[in-house]
Amino acid sequence: MNRLLTAAWDWFDARMPTVGEEWRKHASEYYAPKNFNFWYYFGALAILVLVIQIVSGIYLTMHYKPDAGLAFGSVEYIMRDVPGGWLIRYIHSTGASAFFVVVYLHMFRSMLYGSYQRPRELVWIFGVLIYLTLMGEAFFGYLLPWGQMSYWGAQVIVNLFGTIPFIGPDLAIWIRGDYVVGDATLNRFFALHVIALPLALLGLVAAHILALHDVGSNNPDGIDIKKKKDANGHPLDGVPFHPYYTVKDFAGAVVFLAVFCAILFFAPEMGGYFLEYNNFIPADPLKTPEHIAPVWYFTPYYSILRAVPPLFNSQFPGVMAMGLATIILFFLPWLDRSPVRSIRYRGAYYKSALAIFVVVFLVLGYLGVKPTTVWGQFGFEAFFLDTKDIATWAARLCTILYFAFFLLMPWYTAIDKCKPEPERVTS
Amino acid sequence: MSQAKMDKTRRNLIGATAAVGAAAGAGAAVPFVWSWWPSERAKAAGAPVEVDLSRMEPGELKIIEWRGKPVWVFRRTREMLDSLKVTAQLTDPASSASAQPDYAKNETRALKPEYMVMEGLCTHLGCSPQLKGADAKAEMGGDWAGGFYCPCHGSKFDYAGRVFKGAPAPLNLPVPPHTYLSEGTILIGEDPKGA
Repeated sequence: MNRLLTAAWDWFDARMPTVGEEWRKHASEYYAPKNFNFWYYFGALAILVLVIQIVSGIYLTMHYKPDAGLAFGSVEYIMRDVPGGWLIRYIHSTGASAFFVVVYLHMFRSMLYGSYQRPRELVWIFGVLIYLTLMGEAFFGYLLPWGQMSYWGAQVIVNLFGTIPFIGPDLAIWIRGDYVVGDATLNRFFALHVIALPLALLGLVAAHILALHDVGSNNPDGIDIKKKKDANGHPLDGVPFHPYYTVKDFAGAVVFLAVFCAILFFAPEMGGYFLEYNNFIPADPLKTPEHIAPVWYFTPYYSILRAVPPLFNSQFPGVMAMGLATIILFFLPWLDRSPVRSIRYRGAYYKSALAIFVVVFLVLGYLGVKPTTVWGQFGFEAFFLDTKDIATWAARLCTILYFAFFLLMPWYTAIDKCKPEPERVTS
Repeated sequence: MSQAKMDKTRRNLIGATAAVGAAAGAGAAVPFVWSWWPSERAKAAGAPVEVDLSRMEPGELKIIEWRGKPVWVFRRTREMLDSLKVTAQLTDPASSASAQPDYAKNETRALKPEYMVMEGLCTHLGCSPQLKGADAKAEMGGDWAGGFYCPCHGSKFDYAGRVFKGAPAPLNLPVPPHTYLSEGTILIGEDPKGA
């Protein structure tokens, strides 16, 4: 049997050697640092979630109807009548939130260990592009159930484009294909969600991995393992990705899937955070829900949008701030002037800045799911208080700190007192 | 090096071909970008609506559908217009935060004071308010001078759609774009020429 398999492979390899060459280049002879820790699971997990989303998405399209008159009913049909339909739909909706959990942790890993630094700037840029595409994918997908939150969320987001000076109103009509969010909007968002953005996502993921494999993986010590090589020219601190990390990632996938299934079967709505309650009411263009909040993964940016006061009767400054908050990520490799990569050898300034950034991001995220009155109001009058909602002022402070983390980075990373890096990886 | 022997003509030909190709590529995007504009069907459904005013009685309310929304055309009497002068109890008496075209941002929120055009959807949660004349004092309270009342959450509006304080609705009822085609016809959904 074994001999037969070897002969079959030799036959194949003689005719299409590319497969074997690429396998060796990207797996069996791709040397990754041997000191990967917990934080290095999330790249592989992101690919796993991508596969879950594509497979469950394909099966949802077999029953879903992208028609304003039929969409809501077809989702309920999937939930109630299609055999296993509820499971496939919950896999897809839980997968959406899981995707963002994994991607946020994956990005945070890069900030911990300076993985975006030279020579991995392109890896980071492709990564941010993946993140932005994913946000688009999530936004377009959220309209499809055609519930109240789908409808009004899309209305609000498309109207953000309407605030752009001069071209805004026409741009909003062009995006919607109608004067209000309607059947045309639903139909094109469906096309973007199931074809256009997934294709872009796959291409970007390929570029992300190819760019990574050209320069090699970073590690928790942030040092270059290619500097110390053995007699065969392999890094002393490197191990072949396959079988070492394929096995490790499979173990990680098992743990991840256990958590994923627990949510899937016991809390698929996650108390209204993964699937909002208002979205179980069909879209009604004549009735605005009292409190429109995006899904949790958008809320840090939504908070920034709400925090910026309107200028000259225009919401555009807030929209700009929200856009800049994502675009600024692209510049991270050039904002960071630290001589070391890893948090292990960074000084107190960067450590504190990153800690503050994490708190600020979480607070903004929390405030974004709540109405601005969540923390009550100031009990005094003052001329500078355009709003007395304490939460709005907290969001403003956090917005300033969010941007300060990036804009002051060239300064505080340059003067930070870093520790010397080791010659070889430590653990 | 082949650099030295580079054929200038061939290199220029490659450049020219690439430029034409890029232009063709950009041109190829046109039909796709174009297809995103509202279709003829959407445009027809969103087309401006003509309303005949000639047979409207003073105090009459007409409800017209425009772009899926109920639009009110309301003929106001002299007393109704007089009642608009009392503004102390209004949230936004000058309509500075509310939605209306500039030509309707005045005391009566109208092009012609006699005819009020507004969207009949409460700015709170989109219920449809009801006309309550000044004779509804028993129901609306002794100082009620007439206006509109939202049955869902009790927001009150005056005859210009301006919301009273203490109501859950934050803003005045929006005024859609509209223009007079003649003395007796109004077109909803289009601004007056030059506005």
